[in-house]
Amino acid sequence: MTAAESDLPGRRPAALIFATNAFVVLWLVAAAFPFLWTLWGSFKVEGDFFSRQSFFDAIFGAKTYLQTGSHFTLDGYYGAWVVNRLWRASLNTVVVTFCVTVISLTFGTLGGYALARSGRRYAFWLLMAALVFRAMPHITLVSGYLLPFFELNVWGVLPTAIIVLVAINQPFTLWMLHSFFLSIPKDLDESALIDGCTRFQAFRLVVVPVMWPGVVTTGLFSFLLGYNDFAVTSMLLSQDNQTMVPKLASFLGSIEETGKVMYAVAAVVSATAPIFAIVVVFQRQIVSGLTAGAVKG
Amino acid sequence: MVPNRTFFFFILPSALAMLIFIAIPIVSVAIQSLYVEHEKVLIAVQSCTPFGCTESVGVDDSATAKLRQEQPLGKFNGLGTYADRAHLAVAEVSDILGHNAGFWDAATRIYKLPFYRALVFTLAYALLVTPLAMALGFAIALAVNTVSPLLKGAVIFFSLLPMIVTPLIGSLMVYWMINADGVIGASLQALFNDPNLYLKASAPLTWIVLFAYGVWTNAPFSFIVFYAGLQTVPRDTLESSMVDGANRFERVRFVILPHLAPLATFVALVQLMDNFRVFEPIVGFNSQAHATSLSYSVFSDLNGQFSQLFGSAAATSMLTILGVLILLAPILLRTYREFSNKAAA
Repeated sequence: MTAAESDLPGRRPAALIFATNAFVVLWLVAAAFPFLWTLWGSFKVEGDFFSRQSFFDAIFGAKTYLQTGSHFTLDGYYGAWVVNRLWRASLNTVVVTFCVTVISLTFGTLGGYALARSGRRYAFWLLMAALVFRAMPHITLVSGYLLPFFELNVWGVLPTAIIVLVAINQPFTLWMLHSFFLSIPKDLDESALIDGCTRFQAFRLVVVPVMWPGVVTTGLFSFLLGYNDFAVTSMLLSQDNQTMVPKLASFLGSIEETGKVMYAVAAVVSATAPIFAIVVVFQRQIVSGLTAGAVKG
Repeated sequence: MVPNRTFFFFILPSALAMLIFIAIPIVSVAIQSLYVEHEKVLIAVQSCTPFGCTESVGVDDSATAKLRQEQPLGKFNGLGTYADRAHLAVAEVSDILGHNAGFWDAATRIYKLPFYRALVFTLAYALLVTPLAMALGFAIALAVNTVSPLLKGAVIFFSLLPMIVTPLIGSLMVYWMINADGVIGASLQALFNDPNLYLKASAPLTWIVLFAYGVWTNAPFSFIVFYAGLQTVPRDTLESSMVDGANRFERVRFVILPHLAPLATFVALVQLMDNFRVFEPIVGFNSQAHATSLSYSVFSDLNGQFSQLFGSAAATSMLTILGVLILLAPILLRTYREFSNKAAA
């Protein structure tokens, strides 16, 4: 028998009700405001978004109207996507995140399944090693890649960044899918073994059809890791192959002098849009993924 | 039990990826940290004019390039890089410890050394942001648990954004807002009536802004996990505590907190690991003048304007990895003990 505290008898004082509601609304504003403000401001000119006089300019777009004849402008987006060629970086991002997610999940489901069913001592040690690997700062690994990659002549290309991100992603994917496969009853695949299947057949015919909820949740986090990465992609990709996040960082340096901050603002909003869409569509899976690891152990 | 052979084939792709791209690079970092870049090959150049010859020293570019080509690692330096001024600064620190005007003087002088500066900020960030964010997340979870379902949905939706937004992008958004011309920066100037107030102008203000940003991105994770945990608090225990006369505060203190303690350990572990590698906010806030982290030091060594300092980056990386292992040690020991108890039972 479980319950939220609100179901319990006992009246809460009005002051407490007011205080909790006010606190929740305050947090809501703190969480959402930077996104809404930047989204709104990305359709203004720099003089409005960084207004010296009054931030009402940013809301109503006074200077935007003076400069462009309309209260909204797409100049920032034009600058980012066309002039600074963000479209190209976005294609690279699509390739990288898609490959990272698919390969991570393929490796991760096989490995996670084996770890969940093994029950041997070395499976525990592998999980411990994965935990240590999970804690390694990515940039320290990058400092180990650069010199060998230069020597092997594989620096700068997308496949290198993809396989590196897959590897960095494995510890988390393994843990997540391992605990997910533990929740699938052993009897299911073991009865298939008794019926004469090999272990791989049992996995393919019996486990794969029921594993999709766990795979989707894990896949979301693999996607986010690939999409959000800055350390690996900024150091391992050449100028032409840059994905969106390092591309954004690379034109940060140049915009400060030339007054093209709005390009970066528009790029930031553009790069946030997919994340926003993910939350809209997969909110439930993200929440369950976050809590699954925690509640189980 | 899965036979060893079958297990091997299932785990092979994953284990191979981790071996080649995590384990071996750590070894590679360890080796690189023992080497240092070649110095430029100098050559005496004689330049003769009708009035006589002068000797000057120039850089022999082709010989330098050849040397670098032949020995890309550089020349062996032993533990020299670890001891130099940019890392553990052994000579400088022992000098400061030997001659100083009190503890405060020694501390500030040690803080001026680049490695210790990064270390102090990294530790402060990890050790302050983690508990503060957990406390805020817990408070939000408690509050959200009692508000109307409509507000609940909105809070959960928008709370996910600061957590999963690309860290560099999230920090840029906040950076633009606290800019002197940004909405928060300008409002604070107006509020305190001080046109020179700028949140990035001094080290303490920069630190506070970075910590606040850290709490903003970290709190949602605690919130979501604790909120889920709150749904599993046993109703019987809560009710009997009320029968025993526990007030609201006592119920939180003696029923809810103990129930959530295992979750809190998990959240603390994950957040501590993530916060120890704080990196993108330093880039986004462009704050390296006032606040820099170990990860950022590695990044700036690798991203050098003139040359990449692999040896220096590798030494900082090794020291960072050592720090991670120290942070992880208690958790690893505990898990190991639990595992061997389970195996023995």
